[in-house]
Amino acid sequence: MSKGTIRQILLITDGCSNQGEDPVAMAALAKEQGIVVNVIGVVGNEESATRGIQEVEDIAMAGGGISQVVKAKQLSQTVQMVTRKAMTQTIKGVINQELRQILGDKETIEDLPPEKRGEVMEVVDELGETVDLEVCILVDTSASMASKLPTVQEALLDLSVSLTSRIGGNQFCLYTFPGKRRPIEKVLTWTPKIQSIHSAFSKLGSGGVTPTGPAIREAIGSFLNLPRRRMIEHADTYIEESGF
Amino acid sequence: MPTHISKNRDFNISPGVIITGKWHKKQYQIIKPLGFGAQGSVFLAHSEYGRVALKFSWDNANITSEVNVLKKFAKVQGSALGPSLYDVDDWVTHRGTYSFYAMEFIVGTPFLECLRVRGFEWASVFMLQLLKDLERLHREGFVFGDLKPENLIVTGPPLKIRWLDVGGITEMGRSVKEYTEFYDRGYWGMGSRKADPAYDLFAAAMLMLHAADFRRFEKGNNPEKQLMTKVNDHPLLKPFAPVLTKALKGQYKDARTMRDEWLAITRETIIDVDRNTNRSTRTRMRKKKEWKGTFILALAIFFAYFIYVTFFVM
Repeated sequence: MSKGTIRQILLITDGCSNQGEDPVAMAALAKEQGIVVNVIGVVGNEESATRGIQEVEDIAMAGGGISQVVKAKQLSQTVQMVTRKAMTQTIKGVINQELRQILGDKETIEDLPPEKRGEVMEVVDELGETVDLEVCILVDTSASMASKLPTVQEALLDLSVSLTSRIGGNQFCLYTFPGKRRPIEKVLTWTPKIQSIHSAFSKLGSGGVTPTGPAIREAIGSFLNLPRRRMIEHADTYIEESGF
Repeated sequence: MPTHISKNRDFNISPGVIITGKWHKKQYQIIKPLGFGAQGSVFLAHSEYGRVALKFSWDNANITSEVNVLKKFAKVQGSALGPSLYDVDDWVTHRGTYSFYAMEFIVGTPFLECLRVRGFEWASVFMLQLLKDLERLHREGFVFGDLKPENLIVTGPPLKIRWLDVGGITEMGRSVKEYTEFYDRGYWGMGSRKADPAYDLFAAAMLMLHAADFRRFEKGNNPEKQLMTKVNDHPLLKPFAPVLTKALKGQYKDARTMRDEWLAITRETIIDVDRNTNRSTRTRMRKKKEWKGTFILALAIFFAYFIYVTFFVM
């Protein structure tokens, strides 16, 4: 039996967007459609992290997801942690909603005594292990990201190793932005496992454009391209982020 | 609300602070921090149970999940492989509510420090102890997960390796969530992160690679070849290369087989030790020879003296 599907957009970027729609609005739009937006800000050792952080946080907040700013070296662990944490958060959101209906307005998992909370967390962990997960990954390949792309590539392969070790199903797709002619380029269509993306980041975007907003819009659209039978199966069972 | 993980990192509690649990009202007085990890902090504290280790996490859900595993784990086995669990509660502060649990404080020497002081021959002993404990854990349907020197402590004498942090323990068949790259099969491209006995055995082998020169090394372009070269070239690891290779390649289905084969090699290396003894008898023989020389010299002097005396007296 299917336990439903969690949908996430994972945005990996290093700075401010400067072209197209407001990425924060696009993230809010994603959230409205039951898609959580997580953002990872990658900074180099030399740069100060302040420049893009505000936008990174704003996008994640609007998208009901998690944000984290890290140095390139810590990327692998962060990517998998953020994805998992966001999954747990989504599941907890749904369970909290149920709890509120049963126990009253202010009751959440955190308000339960430790013993009861343990039982609820058991269910959360179980779901996190067994739900199907669809992640659309957006990688900023603008010139300033060039030196970080090998690490990004490794982190994504690592994420795939982590998630495919779960019991539940997985679907990944990968976009880079800016693209050659279009603002965003599809690198990988929906696939259960990330294997060969070595050539994916070879084409670097030229110029100083970073169309983060259009990229998120395109990513939302990508969820419609998932195999049709799947869509029908899960059309009304996906777990929706409930905004707590 | 989105969670900004990084903002919670500066979690520290000053010594002397008294923590009262929200639910069970038990009191803990902080003595000192014991360690800060990626997932949380551990503090030493006074309590009605005596000295205990209190574990806090950046993420309250983590504590709850860990406690769940600890409880399940305590139910299925009598003698403690890891620290025993005393209490689970929340600490309410003006900054927010933090979940924590209190567990046994294990006194001992960190694994690597112990090896440094006592010598690498102890590594074999600890490996055998570790594999025996892993076998028991696996039989109960769990995998240790985050096996690394920092999570191991040596108690005694008699010296016995024990598990310090059991936060990575995962039910067999699920995915390992807490791991450390150097000891992680997935990181080295040698398999998945699905919890099976071979996952722990890979980490156990990496523990030896770490202990051999007391340092971790960076992953190269061909990780598998890199690990194999290390195992076959290092003088301390070489005798165990057949077992380490199989463990790294995930060819052991259970800890017992690995333990048996490790033990067999240990028996063979006793011959090595014998050779050492030979060397010492050789030196003893050389000493005997030296002594003989002295004896002959003394005899010659005595003989000369005798001739001298007979000459003069006669």
